[in-house]
Amino acid sequence: MKKAEPAAVAAAFNEIKKKAGARWGNLWQDRPVILVGAATCGRAAGAIEVLDTFKAEIKNRNLDVPVIEVGCMGHCYAEPLVIIGKPGQPPVCYNHVNPVIAERLVKEYLLGDNPSPEFVLAALEPSEALPSFQDFPRAQYERKIILKNCGHIDPTRIEHYIAGGGYAALVKALQMSPEEIIEEVKKSGLRGRGGAGFPTGNKWQLCRNARGRPRYMVCNADEGDPGAFMDRAILESDPHSVIEGMIIAARAIGSRYGYIYVRAEYPLAVERLDIALRQARRKKLLGNRILGSDFSFDISLFQGSGAFVCGEETALIASLEGRAGMPHHRPPYPAIQGLHGKPTLVNNVKTLASVRHIINNGADWFAGIGANGSSGTAVFALAGKVVNTGLVEVPMGTTLRQIIFDVGSGIPKGKKFKAVQIGGPSGGCLPESALDLPVDFDSLRGAGAMMGSGGMVVLDEDDCMVEIARYFLEFTQKESCGKCTFCRLGTKQMLEVLTEFTRGEGKIEDLDNLYKLAGEIQAGSLCGLGRTAPNPVLTTLRYFRDEYRAHIELGRCPALMCMHLIAYYILPHKCERSCDACVGSCSVEAISPNKKRIKVIDQEKCVKCGKCLEACPFQYNAVVKLTPPSEVPAR
Amino acid sequence: MTAPEAQETVEDPEQIKRETGLVVRGFSRKRLNLIPILQKVQGKLGYLPRAAMTEIAAYLNIPDIDVYGVVTFYNQFRLNPPGRHSIRVCLGTACHMKGGYIALDAWKRRLGINPRETSPDREFDLDTVACVGCCTMAPVTVVDEKPERQVDPTRVDGLLLAFENERKAREKEKGEKS
Ligand SMILES: Cc1cc2nc3c(=O)[nH]c(=O)nc-3n(C[C@H](O)[C@H](O)[C@H](O)COP(=O)(O)O)c2cc1C
Ligand code: FES
Repeated sequence: MKKAEPAAVAAAFNEIKKKAGARWGNLWQDRPVILVGAATCGRAAGAIEVLDTFKAEIKNRNLDVPVIEVGCMGHCYAEPLVIIGKPGQPPVCYNHVNPVIAERLVKEYLLGDNPSPEFVLAALEPSEALPSFQDFPRAQYERKIILKNCGHIDPTRIEHYIAGGGYAALVKALQMSPEEIIEEVKKSGLRGRGGAGFPTGNKWQLCRNARGRPRYMVCNADEGDPGAFMDRAILESDPHSVIEGMIIAARAIGSRYGYIYVRAEYPLAVERLDIALRQARRKKLLGNRILGSDFSFDISLFQGSGAFVCGEETALIASLEGRAGMPHHRPPYPAIQGLHGKPTLVNNVKTLASVRHIINNGADWFAGIGANGSSGTAVFALAGKVVNTGLVEVPMGTTLRQIIFDVGSGIPKGKKFKAVQIGGPSGGCLPESALDLPVDFDSLRGAGAMMGSGGMVVLDEDDCMVEIARYFLEFTQKESCGKCTFCRLGTKQMLEVLTEFTRGEGKIEDLDNLYKLAGEIQAGSLCGLGRTAPNPVLTTLRYFRDEYRAHIELGRCPALMCMHLIAYYILPHKCERSCDACVGSCSVEAISPNKKRIKVIDQEKCVKCGKCLEACPFQYNAVVKLTPPSEVPAR
Repeated sequence: MTAPEAQETVEDPEQIKRETGLVVRGFSRKRLNLIPILQKVQGKLGYLPRAAMTEIAAYLNIPDIDVYGVVTFYNQFRLNPPGRHSIRVCLGTACHMKGGYIALDAWKRRLGINPRETSPDREFDLDTVACVGCCTMAPVTVVDEKPERQVDPTRVDGLLLAFENERKAREKEKGEKS
């Protein structure tokens, strides 16, 4: 492909950029602006009601204040989040906003001059009167590159993205030759964020060199890890960053047609991508002769129908072709022979979202971030027993401890850290002793886990390691497509053994059987689903063997989690006669007072939901969990 | 995407055929349109009855079994009509560890059905989902597209009571009309 006429392309884009800048460039320069975080996490917490309240207040009072719906700011623990910017003042981010607070903010901060510090999470810039994000301990470790726009721009307005520097990388790439683009990406050291960490530039090169036309470009947005939502947050909050990356990749490999394979369970992401694609086409950033150059490329959305294995690239391609999503043997790799047998480049959402930063800032800049052969940043969805749940972006090489304790602020309720599950169903559970490992593509493997696509679930002393292993195995077993025997039957057998453990029915020899099965599944499976399925079991066996033994030999669950191995019991000497909080809390009527008005649980009826334990007033604290259930004294 | 709430399901075979026919004609007769067609038909009918599947197979000129195979492979597709209200219990990692399975038990107990089933009175259908992205509110149940936070057995009873009251009000209104 020959180079496009650089001057004309740049001129066409400057025109677009000027217009966008006039409207969106200096958002809070001359009037106040309200941003409401309304990605899925925000909506679940009530962001739409907050949005409506602001809109109504602004309208009723006839104010000239735009109310803008933005995406996820990453601080999911504090949703709903609102940013209010006033000219001449640092924008302020408010947390746990509800309609009442929204009304007050309009009165006190927009109309008055009181920033209402009681509702403030932090100011976006250093400020004298308020704490700012820069003062947070996490600011020292975080480095937002891919997530920078998320929660700060209107994902439904391409102009807002452009005003903030969007599509500049595309313009630059249109003036580079495909070889130059590939060279730049190679030099940056970017590796695939979908889990495997394959060097992106090399994959592009392979695809470009492959024989066969047309070539296809596919964005893998099938995020299947059951504890993760990074890709969704990016698609909902900054869809253009992914689209821009796709167009650049398509130019590099010489593709005219691409797909975004996005989960149908992500309706908001689908909607926003659809809007974004249409806007990009209207601005001639997508479609025929992009910005007047000789390069044409278009993208369709394809909705995945909810099968974890479809995240695997060959299964994804089968699904795109209208078949059941079953993986096939690689090689041939999709880059050589993929969709309809043609060369197909498959990249993850975060990989593609990184591309524009590499083109804009140069390969050396990107390679300078990160460590240990993994350049750039890692994005995690931090969840579980950690104070600051949400999205986290840190340079590669940051340690697990820094992520969990400095960025995530540690474990809530003064509980003790037990393990971190990283990498989802393919990853593993790492204990305290592994916390100083750096997070990058290679370091975690030695410990039996992997970085995966970015799920990170923190577990504390109340979480049972046998149960979490069983949980992930149940997931992979259900999601196994059934094509190869080891994966289909092997995971089933492992699951049966683990289920027996959680019921106290296991035998100690089964531990060895588990190892054996795990080895066979790893060796004999066709795709990554089966090959990595044993990881959660192997890591828990390695680091928490005592817990397995307690289940098997003593019928005890030390974390008091496994339902079959615990019983709820009301300590008679602590139970207060006049109180019957627990009786009312029980949804199956298993608790009743005895003759002395001491409450007693009918173990036959009890469904072990734990409500009574919560309901019992703390000054009595009479409800306890016992393991094994035989600890409950006979009446 | 799931069907909009309280959607009337179509069950008359003739109507199923007609509606399916209308949808398929918007697509070319290529196999690669199978999944988008299924999604659209399910969006219309609320589920994928046999008559719809044979209609689609005929249109794409592929064996019925191929359509059935694809429908049963993917979690999104359902073979039975949905209930008036959809209950989706999150069993993502965070929700599971915080007691999502206890919530699921409670739903199963109260509705008397298993996941992927519809209650006999067609009021509810029950299913599980993986992480809906609000792990902070774990355990989450998505009720008619709205994620409900910290759903435990008591909350299940509370939500069901609200639906029961709504149903009574609806029936009363009906009674007054007729
Ligand atoms: C069972 C399984 C599930 C996967 N799920 C995803 C996924 O949800 N998203 C993703 O981007 N890659 C997923 N992958 C990895 C893809 O096969 C592929 O490596 C990736 O999309 C390549 O993109 P990258 O080079 O940008 O990482 C999965 C792999 C396996 C084996
Ligand atoms: S695990 Fe349930 S919302 Fe994330």
